[in-house]
Amino acid sequence: MSERQNVTFTVNGEKRVIRVEPRRSLADALREDCGLTGTHLGCEHGVCGACTVLLDDQPVRSCLMFAVQAEGTRVRTVEGLADGDKLHPLQQAFWDHHGLQCGFCTPGFLMLAVSILELDLDIAEPELREALSSNLCRCTGYQNILKSVLAAAAEMRK
Amino acid sequence: MSLIGRSVKRLEDRPLLTGSGRFAADIAVPDMLYMRVVRSPVAFGRLTGLGIAEALAHPGTVAVWTAEDAAKIPPIGFRMTPVPGLEAYRQPVLANGQVRYVGEPVAAVFATDPYSAEDIAELVMPEIEPLAPCLDPAASPSEFAPGHSTEAAVITKAYGDLDAAFAEAHAVIALELIIGRHSGVPLETRGAIAVLEAPSGILRLYGAAKVPHYNRQALAAMLGLPLDRIHLHEGHVGGGFGIRGELYPEDVLTCAAALRLGRPVKWIEDRYEHLVAANQSRGSVHRVCAAVDEHGFILGLDDEFWFDQGGYLRTHGVVVTDLTCAMLPGPYVVPAYRSVGHVRLTNKTPCGTYRAPGRFEASFVRERLIDAIADRLGLDPIAVRHRNFIAKTAMPYRRDFSALGTDIVYDTGDYAGLLDKFLNRVGWERLRADVARRRQAGEMVGLGLGFFVEKSGLGPFDDVRITLGSDGTIEVITGAASIGQGVETVMAQICADGLGTGLDRIRVIHGQTDRIARGMGAFASRVTVMTGAAVTIAAAKLRGELLTVAGRLLQTAPDRLAVTGDRVVVRDGPSLDLAAVARSTGGELTADATFTAEHMTYPYGVHIAQVRIERDSCGIAVERFFVGYDVGRAVNPMLVEGQIAGGAAQGIGASLLEEKHFVGRLLSPIT
Repeated sequence: MSERQNVTFTVNGEKRVIRVEPRRSLADALREDCGLTGTHLGCEHGVCGACTVLLDDQPVRSCLMFAVQAEGTRVRTVEGLADGDKLHPLQQAFWDHHGLQCGFCTPGFLMLAVSILELDLDIAEPELREALSSNLCRCTGYQNILKSVLAAAAEMRK
Repeated sequence: MSLIGRSVKRLEDRPLLTGSGRFAADIAVPDMLYMRVVRSPVAFGRLTGLGIAEALAHPGTVAVWTAEDAAKIPPIGFRMTPVPGLEAYRQPVLANGQVRYVGEPVAAVFATDPYSAEDIAELVMPEIEPLAPCLDPAASPSEFAPGHSTEAAVITKAYGDLDAAFAEAHAVIALELIIGRHSGVPLETRGAIAVLEAPSGILRLYGAAKVPHYNRQALAAMLGLPLDRIHLHEGHVGGGFGIRGELYPEDVLTCAAALRLGRPVKWIEDRYEHLVAANQSRGSVHRVCAAVDEHGFILGLDDEFWFDQGGYLRTHGVVVTDLTCAMLPGPYVVPAYRSVGHVRLTNKTPCGTYRAPGRFEASFVRERLIDAIADRLGLDPIAVRHRNFIAKTAMPYRRDFSALGTDIVYDTGDYAGLLDKFLNRVGWERLRADVARRRQAGEMVGLGLGFFVEKSGLGPFDDVRITLGSDGTIEVITGAASIGQGVETVMAQICADGLGTGLDRIRVIHGQTDRIARGMGAFASRVTVMTGAAVTIAAAKLRGELLTVAGRLLQTAPDRLAVTGDRVVVRDGPSLDLAAVARSTGGELTADATFTAEHMTYPYGVHIAQVRIERDSCGIAVERFFVGYDVGRAVNPMLVEGQIAGGAAQGIGASLLEEKHFVGRLLSPIT
């Protein structure tokens, strides 16, 4: 159980080598071994989506993956979204449209939304609702999250 | 232009958007130990022993605690609504001889990493002789402990001649209504990190929320610490909803362990634990009767209910029952009234409050009753509400009882006016006609309406200190807490409005007991009213001081000065930087203020839902949802709307989607 092994992967464009137990979740590896605590753990069984990160551009629940499964992959987390002081259009839209209250689910929603919009910037509202329903938010009632992502898509289409 | 009433963007958001928030689990200090709690797998039973030998033998184990190790720590006391004689129902921090719900802490293990702590916890073997659990709050009471019934208290609020009302009634409408048990379930689970600071000997608890000042006092008393040896610190908090931030066994254990083991101790709850161990709420059974005249006017209202308190009484005492009794009459006159609430101990997770405690329950019961009255008498449910409303001219309106230690006096209210305005705005007649047409065509679709009276602005006080620093920054130090509702933005708006400055230089401090001596925290929708009022007073004082000092420097009468942005200006003349004014006094300018209030305020509103049921699947679709709300003066309309939308979503969840089901059966003995 405790035989540690090396994992080499890229996180937000930076090559990382960490040494972890095989049972260590990707979320814990990102948070504890890479110091990237922006990825949050809400349920640790794949329901809430707060821990969503992009693995080779696909959204994954980092609580449901082992870190060793990320060997050789490219991982993107919320910390990699902004360009210095300039927020990603999705971050800006969440700010502008009050798409967050306590902010705990926000990194997961942002990463989910990045993956959705990278696939289809013209996604229609019903499909977007369906896609966003994979994550949970307890504060906002979701309306402003939807509004934020639609606004970001419009901005990114420009 | 005033900043009050403007939907300014939140000051809180940047760190939350960039992943640089500091939630409980994000806090790490060197040399930390990790606590894992071993919990009862049985709802009710005699705890005859705990096998800890294997756990102690694990190489990663630092300590394993059982009830003996916590013998000197008293049970957790009542923060609100204590009733004398209820001490026997308090929860011990570790179960001693008996377990009363699945999830009750029976042991705590401490290890050098969290994965090992979980391994070790699995090696602890509680020996429990199961007893038949009580799951029905309305069942006959049994014994909780020698000399103490499972009926911990009976709360009665009554006025008027109920017998006469029922004797002269045109009709009596009776309902039995059951409200499902559920809870707030914030997206961040609970967490506590206790650190004994080496040089000062001060114990610091991080991960605090909601009521840090109260919990500081409670922890100091429980741990035998002088008050100046303990401080609580609130970081980012991932949602509150009433349940997060109350004092729980795990907070106490974390602090006690940091003191005794001499190393920082971190505990982060997992979601399974949260669902069985953090406060639940709202499980109650109501038997309600209304005596009405032929026009649907309620002559008398009689409600008896049984509140499913769970295994122990927690920090809220009997507040949910008390508020249910107090808020049931809502916006209606109700000349004779009685509400009798039985606080019943069962073998489920203990209860506290969840968003709108007492009002959620009371509003449901009352508004169902109104619809049943209309139905029975063949009247329009809107007309029945109108007939029963307290008139605008009767405000302020006193009920002859109290809640949360305050007399209930509705401060203002134009219930009929709001309802008419709202129905007009949503096009009620058109909605109703559409729904009627669709029903005729065979669809199962309906429109429902509920009116509520809320309470907010609970006192008794709030303190604020505002400091203009020598670098020109303005610090607003409050005893409030932030659970994600936008406290920093709203307080900064009020402060900026009072001073005349912009928002950019204002920093709002909350939830730090080493920064301000007293604080009430964030609950009962109190912060904007109470803390906001204290900020208003402090800002006015500081502005006066600022202008006096600047007047001296500029050799001008203060009344010829104004504050704009980051400067004090003489009308059409010279100006001074705020920082320079502060520096001229030798450091900084400070103003303190306290706001006190004996009464709460009572906002009110109405919700309308248009709902369809699919004939084939019984699936429920909420097609339209409207909220009309007299919120008074909104400091930040965007945030108010955000709270209302979030509350509506949680209300829909509570009505249709969320319930904790308990299935009772006596298991074979676990050894």
